[in-house]
Amino acid sequence: MNVKYFAWLRAKVGKGAEEVSPPEDVRTVGELMTWLAHDRPGLAEAIARPGVIRAAVNQDYADPDHPVKPGDEVAFFPPVTGG
Amino acid sequence: MIRVQEKPFDVGAELAALSEGRTDIGAVASFTGLVRDIADERSVGALTLEHYPGMTEKKLAEIEEEAKRRWPLKATLIIHRYGRMEPGEPIVLVAAASKHRAAALDACAFLIDWLKTKAPFWKLEEGDGEASWVDARSSDDEAAARWVPPARG
Repeated sequence: MNVKYFAWLRAKVGKGAEEVSPPEDVRTVGELMTWLAHDRPGLAEAIARPGVIRAAVNQDYADPDHPVKPGDEVAFFPPVTGG
Repeated sequence: MIRVQEKPFDVGAELAALSEGRTDIGAVASFTGLVRDIADERSVGALTLEHYPGMTEKKLAEIEEEAKRRWPLKATLIIHRYGRMEPGEPIVLVAAASKHRAAALDACAFLIDWLKTKAPFWKLEEGDGEASWVDARSSDDEAAARWVPPARG
């Protein structure tokens, strides 16, 4: 699974992308975020405040209960501020 | 047409190109976003736009398709820059061309309102010796929400 981080979350995690292999019981975006946060303090800090982090699965916005599977591209980022 | 690019663009040339050689377009409405030198009373020396390559193009194409679905448009244009830019430089240009002004004006407002809440860009402001990520504004969510449910016309 390819995980990407953007904007200040990228800075907090310390990298923009990584390959991860979560255990089989990680089946949703929310479960993936919790699993990743175990050994990524920057991410743990960010998700401690509810509603701050958004997600996308395969480049579409996704809610925490959206399923994830091996091979997916999953991105985490703060609310967008373009335009 | 969608373009995501680092280099600046010429608003006048882009708008002229949109209707060049066309005699069926009676109205072109456009919005240009520029880098300001003041944000929330802080001085801004430069802005750096980060984006999500791939998803950006996908979301902009979806926004453009939705505009074409809702209004009788002859042409649309979305140009959004990424990278570092200084006050006065253009960040974004959206334009909608139609037979008459109402569709062009409404579609133009829709394009920028949805872009601001759906396109994966993030602004980093540099000023007074430090850089800070810009917070999302609830007023942008409200602006986008006024286009839901779909308008008819």
